Amino acid sequence: MNPDVLTPLEADPYVIQAENLTRFFGDFLAVDHVSFKIKPGEVVGYLGPNGSGKTTTIRMLLGLLLPSAGSASVLGYDVVSQSELLRARVGYMSQKFALYFELTVRENLAFYAGVYGIRDRARIEEVIDLVGLRGLENQRVSGLSTGWRQRLALATAIVHEPRLLFLDEPTSGVDPRARRAFWDLIYGLVEQGVTALVTTHYMDEAEYCNRVGIMRNGRLLAFDTPSALKIEALPGLAWDVLLDADPETGDQVSSLPLLHALNALQTCPCVLRAGLVSDHLRAITPPEITQLSFQEALQQIGLTGVRLEVVEPTLEDVFLALAV
Amino acid sequence: MILIEALHLQRSFGETQAVQDVSLQVSAGEIYGLVGPDGAGKTTTIRLLCGALKPKDVPELAPVIRISGFDVLRQTEQARANIGYLPQRFSLYEELTVLENIRFFAEARGLAAAEWQPRCMEILNFVGLSEFINRRAGFLSGGMKQKLGLAAALVHRPKVLLLDEPTTGVDPVTRQDFWQLIIRLVGQAGLGEQGIEGDASANTSGTAVLISTPYMDEAARCTRIGFMSDGKMIREGTPSQIRSLLEGRVLELTGAPLPLLRRLVQADPDVEDVQMFGDRLHIRVRSGQAEQVDERLHRRIPEGGGQVNRLRQIPPQLEDVFMSLLETPQ
Repeated sequence: MNPDVLTPLEADPYVIQAENLTRFFGDFLAVDHVSFKIKPGEVVGYLGPNGSGKTTTIRMLLGLLLPSAGSASVLGYDVVSQSELLRARVGYMSQKFALYFELTVRENLAFYAGVYGIRDRARIEEVIDLVGLRGLENQRVSGLSTGWRQRLALATAIVHEPRLLFLDEPTSGVDPRARRAFWDLIYGLVEQGVTALVTTHYMDEAEYCNRVGIMRNGRLLAFDTPSALKIEALPGLAWDVLLDADPETGDQVSSLPLLHALNALQTCPCVLRAGLVSDHLRAITPPEITQLSFQEALQQIGLTGVRLEVVEPTLEDVFLALAV
Repeated sequence: MILIEALHLQRSFGETQAVQDVSLQVSAGEIYGLVGPDGAGKTTTIRLLCGALKPKDVPELAPVIRISGFDVLRQTEQARANIGYLPQRFSLYEELTVLENIRFFAEARGLAAAEWQPRCMEILNFVGLSEFINRRAGFLSGGMKQKLGLAAALVHRPKVLLLDEPTTGVDPVTRQDFWQLIIRLVGQAGLGEQGIEGDASANTSGTAVLISTPYMDEAARCTRIGFMSDGKMIREGTPSQIRSLLEGRVLELTGAPLPLLRRLVQADPDVEDVQMFGDRLHIRVRSGQAEQVDERLHRRIPEGGGQVNRLRQIPPQLEDVFMSLLETPQ
């Protein structure tokens, strides 16, 4: 490994500094005065609904898109005036993996190594081992599953040993096993000193991040650790609302009662918001609500036959509280 | 009433056996979740069900596909008239408006204006796009495009909905909306004459939904789940039947630091697998060993310099089962 990977930039204590980053597309304000700082070695989850400005923010940080207003530096380089220097030093994995389908795994890597001026063949072999593609190096990309393509896309983003990685929805469309394996790889890189900014729609993945930013309509609504967000961004208590299941099978006979219960919950005056979670419902209430008062309130609107349990909120609860 | 019936589906592409002797049935009012790793054969199965692909004809195990009673292989037109299909990459016309897209899909289905026009606003209302009928599809967000895809698949009042990973790449808010729509659909009378907002108690025919998804929390709210791997249907059952495969074998651990905890847990001889689940670890242990492992970890983790906040046996989740099924040779 290049020793550079291990040393954080001394000149700048932050790997990313964004100040009032703003971008218009015509009249449309895609990114609205976004400011944050990221320290070396952090894994930052960047969340938000489709179209909330996540990818636009990343493209500005990569110097691929000019900000309409505001400024940012990445690895100490200005995103406007030093974008080429910056791009040579960061890794970027886009939503649509940019791979050559007719080339083999090794040829794709050699191509990207060449783009970054890496001549060392040993580095290519090292990356093949690192991402677990050994044995597939002579296979064409067209014959690989999404999970393997994802690993190759990561390999092409790290072949030049960047100390900062931008990963834009890297796990979209891959199965649960491949998602876990992918995060193990990311954490392996982070242990070597790499910093990562990751966008994802999987809230369980965001739980692994040191800090999480949540965007909506171009604005960064919150930026903190997962545990702090659950306290700050959620107004009250999180409840699991479980419907009585079929006594014999333990299953919902149909999911329709779930929906009726959800509709009822949404009309309950003490429920701030309600939604589907796995095979049951989640309700957020003000902190003063007790098991008894909640049960009574539900009976008054005719919702009976449910069990209530206070649970630890998840980032999905935080996301839904902020994003809707 | 069985609306989707498939027997002995087989299909290969070159050397690859994409689907091997898959059979399944889905009744009215059911949501059937098709899950499995990439390349398991889920998309091929869905394409076989809707008649976009032909199954291999094996004389001794003849394939059968019936949709709403019609034979997809022989009564293709009647069968297709009962199918709403949302492919993984749904292609709408970006330069057409929402309404024009619906019109296109309706007319491609052979519906006359008198049939689709009254229906169309009802559907767009249902999926929450009625305010956007004149917006060009290219200017819709990702979630709205998926809803337009669903609307297009519903325009001819199908009894059977085949949805291929409709929520992949979709944010949690839109996933919530999308699922609420699906649940409402299966509860209704076949999207039939009573209309989408029809009275669920008048349900005589009902809709059957088959949906593939990489999200295990979505699979958990399906009526039944089919788990595919390497082209085969390796497990089928209700969510609780599938979860019970690992009954008594999953421990949940919270504490710090997680990487150290993971290494310490992996070193236990009766631990089969350790996975991160958000901010905690799920530990799968050998059958009958949960108490011994629990007791040992309570000792060994502090000895190894880690901290245990909580260690307890939990009901297995579908994702635990997913991981374990992929390891077990079938």
